[in-house]
Amino acid sequence: MIRSLPCSSLYKNSYRLYIILFYVFLIMPLVTICVLAFNDSDFIALPWNGFSLDWFFANNNDRLGLFKDTDLLLSIWISLKTGFFVALFSTVIGTIAALLFEEEDFKLKGLLYFLALAPLVIPGVVLGISILLSSTFAGTYIENTFGVDVEFLRPSFWLVVIGQFSFGATYVMLLVSARLKKFDRSLEEAGQSLRATRLEVIRLITIPFLRPAIIGAFVVAFLISFSNFNTTIFLVGSDPTLPVDLYSRIKFSSTPVLNAVSFLIVAFISLSAMISFAVNFRKKQ
Amino acid sequence: MKKRSGTFYLLMVPVLLWLIMLIVIPHLDLFFKSFRFENDDGMMVFSLNNYLAFFEDKIYWLTFVKTALYSIGVTILAFVVTFPVAFYLTKIIAKKYSSFMVLLLLIPIWIGELVTIYGWMILLGDRGVINNFLIGLGVIDTPIVMLYNNFSMTIGLLYMSMLFMIIPMMSALESLDDSLIEAASDLGASKWTIFRQIIIPYTTPGIASGGIIVFMLVIGDYVAPNILGGKSALWFTEQIYNEFLATFNWNEGAAFGFLLLMLSSAIIWLALKLTGQKLDKVGS
Repeated sequence: MIRSLPCSSLYKNSYRLYIILFYVFLIMPLVTICVLAFNDSDFIALPWNGFSLDWFFANNNDRLGLFKDTDLLLSIWISLKTGFFVALFSTVIGTIAALLFEEEDFKLKGLLYFLALAPLVIPGVVLGISILLSSTFAGTYIENTFGVDVEFLRPSFWLVVIGQFSFGATYVMLLVSARLKKFDRSLEEAGQSLRATRLEVIRLITIPFLRPAIIGAFVVAFLISFSNFNTTIFLVGSDPTLPVDLYSRIKFSSTPVLNAVSFLIVAFISLSAMISFAVNFRKKQ
Repeated sequence: MKKRSGTFYLLMVPVLLWLIMLIVIPHLDLFFKSFRFENDDGMMVFSLNNYLAFFEDKIYWLTFVKTALYSIGVTILAFVVTFPVAFYLTKIIAKKYSSFMVLLLLIPIWIGELVTIYGWMILLGDRGVINNFLIGLGVIDTPIVMLYNNFSMTIGLLYMSMLFMIIPMMSALESLDDSLIEAASDLGASKWTIFRQIIIPYTTPGIASGGIIVFMLVIGDYVAPNILGGKSALWFTEQIYNEFLATFNWNEGAAFGFLLLMLSSAIIWLALKLTGQKLDKVGS
């Protein structure tokens, strides 16, 4: 049953088989996507017609490869930009929230903490429509009252950033809080007794201690933003993010170029995961 | 009350702005908008019509009920499928391999839902990879219909959510002392008894927080039901999407959104009550 207990080989083998099947189930769609990105075919299907890089580089009547498809490249660029700003804002506010909830005491702390966790239990679609409704309302109100058109209150790049930030900050807060719980408070007290102000203590002692968690949280927030669809779809303006662009292509005009983009994402994620694993592995030894 | 330092407000103000501007106000607005209705004279009035429309049209509340039941079902399925894996990775496999195996579990999460769901679409289609493979092997003559129904939708929902359950269950299992299981085994307990009496009670917090995450992802998902479910597998988020982006009836959509929020909150509240958990534990 567990490492130290003996059990029948039938049990052992069928358990092992289940685990293998599980991993096959896990990896199957990813492998399929990647393989078909290199198929010399106009359709996203077998049979295998031979190896081709057309869906990356071709530019002719039949095939428009990823690196020649300016719309697709633009949506990748928009997603990268969105991800960067979402990660930046989420990291700043999420870290501040972690410091606030871990280190300060105040009235209504429980209620505020509950609100900060709320994005975990609000469906992404609901978050999207709520922000769309209230920002549109605020935008119309400002336009009617002051005659000013506030662009970021209409579906647009910045509204997407705002929408994704609203839950990104929660994830950063949780990641940073987890690290802050392991922090030795006496270091802060020592700093304070040496006459550092509260702000200096945070800047010189707490933040450096939190740095690995903050960097990790930045990456997590970026990835959450990069792959988000459910909230983004309601807030997106004329410039779609990559998931929104992929979605409309899947629904209306799918060509193997979708596989080419997906291949890049799969390759990038897998490679980064392997690198971070190797680095951690070496650190441990 | 002691005097506050300036730093306290420096921390407090941005957090308050975040929570009030982006969480509290938008959801209050959602609530109020759901009672706004354009009457025959084109005036916006307070009305229950948006909610009445929900109950009068069968397709709306049937989809609502179906979404609720399926979400619970997929959550249970995710538990059944992933618990053995979580157990294997913490208690059975040699420790040196386990971190690599866990890493493999994280990759589909970070790749993102849209790409993985697209992968399933390619696999399951009538001319998709699985059918092609089976026909090539001579197992079947005509393609099996696997795409655009509840089956493909369930596969997609399971795939994109189940991995979020493994991690919390693993951290619960990690703190379970092996000697408890050994002791029970020495006393003659069967595997099933050990599983029921020791492992499950001990890992309930992990199961509960993982289950809540899975449930939330599933009930609020749009991509898997829409891409893999097609027209024959309706999902409540699709109704919200239609109200907002197809028929532009935002107030009706607000009512639907609010109903979805109430539904998910109620089920999570119930799950927390039944398992004796708290929401802040789910976060960690």
